[in-house]
Amino acid sequence: MATWFPIAVIIGFAAFVVGAMVSANRILGPRRPSPVKGQAFECGNPPSGSAWARFSVRFYLIAILFLVFDVEVVLLYPWAVAIRRFGTVGLVDAGIFVAVLMVALIYAVRRGALDPD
Amino acid sequence: MISGTIGAALDASWRPVLAPAVVAITAMAVMLVGSRLGEEDSEGLGWLTFSGLALAALCAFAAVGRHAPAFAGALIVDDYTAFFYCLIAVCAAMVVLLSLDYVPALELPSTEYYALLLSATVGMMLLAAAGDLIIIFLGLETMSISVYVMAAIARRDPRSSEAGLKYFLLGAFSTGFLLYGIALLYGATGSIKLEAISRALQSSALAASPLVLLGLAMMLIGFGFKVAAVPFHAWTPDAYEGAPTPVTALMAVGVKSAAFAGFLRLLLVYLPALHAQWGGALWVLAALTMSVGNLVALAQNNVKRMLAYSAIAHAGYILVGMTAAGGAAGAAVLYYLLGYAFANLGAFAVLVAVERVEQPGTTLADLGGLAKGQPMLAAAMALFMLSLMGLPPLAGFVGKFYVFSAALQAGYVWLVVLAALNSVISTYYYARVIVAMYVNEGAERKLRARRPGLSVALAVAIAATIIIGVDPRPYVEMAAGAYASAAGIARSGVRAAFLAH
Repeated sequence: MATWFPIAVIIGFAAFVVGAMVSANRILGPRRPSPVKGQAFECGNPPSGSAWARFSVRFYLIAILFLVFDVEVVLLYPWAVAIRRFGTVGLVDAGIFVAVLMVALIYAVRRGALDPD
Repeated sequence: MISGTIGAALDASWRPVLAPAVVAITAMAVMLVGSRLGEEDSEGLGWLTFSGLALAALCAFAAVGRHAPAFAGALIVDDYTAFFYCLIAVCAAMVVLLSLDYVPALELPSTEYYALLLSATVGMMLLAAAGDLIIIFLGLETMSISVYVMAAIARRDPRSSEAGLKYFLLGAFSTGFLLYGIALLYGATGSIKLEAISRALQSSALAASPLVLLGLAMMLIGFGFKVAAVPFHAWTPDAYEGAPTPVTALMAVGVKSAAFAGFLRLLLVYLPALHAQWGGALWVLAALTMSVGNLVALAQNNVKRMLAYSAIAHAGYILVGMTAAGGAAGAAVLYYLLGYAFANLGAFAVLVAVERVEQPGTTLADLGGLAKGQPMLAAAMALFMLSLMGLPPLAGFVGKFYVFSAALQAGYVWLVVLAALNSVISTYYYARVIVAMYVNEGAERKLRARRPGLSVALAVAIAATIIIGVDPRPYVEMAAGAYASAAGIARSGVRAAFLAH
C-alpha cells in the first residue's frame, strides 16, 4: 500500500489545485456588483447590441491559416538559432518542412480561403 | 558535395520510410491537383490516390528482409513493419476502389476525401513502425484526426456529423489517457524509446513500481478505445453506422489493424516483462469484448451497425491471442488480421454496391431478396459472412484456429472455451444476413451503375478470403516471419510453435 501513496498524493494534489483555482477567486475577491460593472467592456463606449452576434465563418478559416504559419515559426526559430550545427541536411529538412506547409497554403488559397467576399 | 550529403541522408535514413513518404507525397499531390480540378473529376483523383498507395505497397514489399532502426530508433523497420505497411496500403487502396463511385454519388468533397484518406494511411504506417512512445502518439493522432473528419465528411447527412462528433469527442478523450500513460511510463523509466523502456523494466523493482503500472493501465485504456474493446466501445456503433460506407470500411479494417499493430508491438515485443500485469487485464477485456460484441450484434437490423458489433467481437478474438502472448500467438494475430481485413472489406464493398441512390439504407430489409436480382453480389456477401463466422476452409476459420490454439497452448483454457461459445453465438447474426438475401422477399431496388473499380475490389476480397484460407502456408510463413523479426527471435522457432498443432 505504501508504494501507492505517491499516486494518491498526485491525485489528491491535482484535485486540490483545480478546486483551489476555481474557488479561491470566489472566496478572496470582494463582490460589489453594479449595473455599470455588469456591462460588456467595449473600450469605454456604451455597449450596443448583443454579444451573441454572428461572426462570419471566414474568421475560422483565417485562424486555421494563422495556425499553419504559427507552427512553421515555432519550428523554424530554434532551427535558425542552431543552423550551423545542422548543416546541409538540416537545411534540406527545413526546406521539406516549409514545402509541406506551402502545399497546405496553396490549397487553401486556391480554394478561396483568402478571397474577400 | 551537397548532392553527396543528400544522397547519404537518403541511403541512411530515408529508405526505410519510403512507403509512408510516398503516401504523404501522394496526399500533397492530390491537394495540389484537386484544387485545380473541379469536383466532377473525382474519379481521376481516386486513381491518383490508388496509384500512390500501390507504389507504397511495392516500396514496402521491396523492403522485406531489411532490419534497421531509422531516425535514431524512432521508427523500427523490419518485416513486421513491412507486413503492416503492405496490409495498410492494400486496405487503403481497396477503400479507394469502394469510393470511386460513392464519392461523386454522395457529392462528397473529393480532394479533401482522398487527401484525408492518404494522411490517415500515413498515420497508420507510422503507428505500425513506431519505435518510441512519441511516434506511437503521433501516428495514432495523424490517423485518428484524419478519420474523425472523414466520418463527418457527408455534410448534408446529420448521421454523418453525429458519427464524426461522437468519434472525435471520445477519441480525443482516449488520447488523453494514452498521453498520460506515455508520460508516466517515461517518468518511471526515463526513456521514450521502446527498446530502452524494455531494458529498464528487466529490473523487477521498477516493473512493480506503481508509476509503471498506472502508465501501463492508462495506455491499455487509450489503445482499448482505438481497437474498440469493451468497455471502451461506446463510440463504435454510431460512428460506423453514420460514416459514409467506404469510411466505415477504413475504420473497421485500416484503423483497427494499425492500432493492433502498435498495441501488439508495445505489449508482446517490448513489455513481456509486465505480462503478469497486463495479461490479466487483457483477459478481462477479451472476455467482455467478445461477449458484449456478439450478444449485442444479435439484435441489430442495420447491417453496418451489425458489422460494427462484429468488428468489436473480432477485436475480442484478437485480444485472446494477445493475452496468450508469445511467438505463436503474435504470429497468429497477424494472420488473423489478414483474413479479417479482406472479409470485412468485401462485406463493405457489397454494402456500397447495394446502397441505393435516393436513400442510402443498409438494413437487413434492404438486402432482402438480393440473391434473385444480384446473385453474384449475394454469393460474395454470403462468402464474407461465412468467413467472419469462421467456417472452414475460409480465412476466418484458419485465423480463429491459430489464435485459439495459441491461447490453449499458453494455458488459457477458459478464455478459449468462452471464445468458442462466442463463435457459436455469432453464427446467428451472420446467418441472418444470408437468410435475408436468399430467403426473404425484397422490395424493388434501383442500384447505381457499378463501375469496374468496385468489381475489382470485390474480386480481390473474394480471392483473398478463399486463397488465404485454403492454402494458409505461405501466409502463415509471412506472419511468422514478420512477428519473428519484430521480436528478434528465430523465425523457425515461431514457425515450429505455430505449426505444432
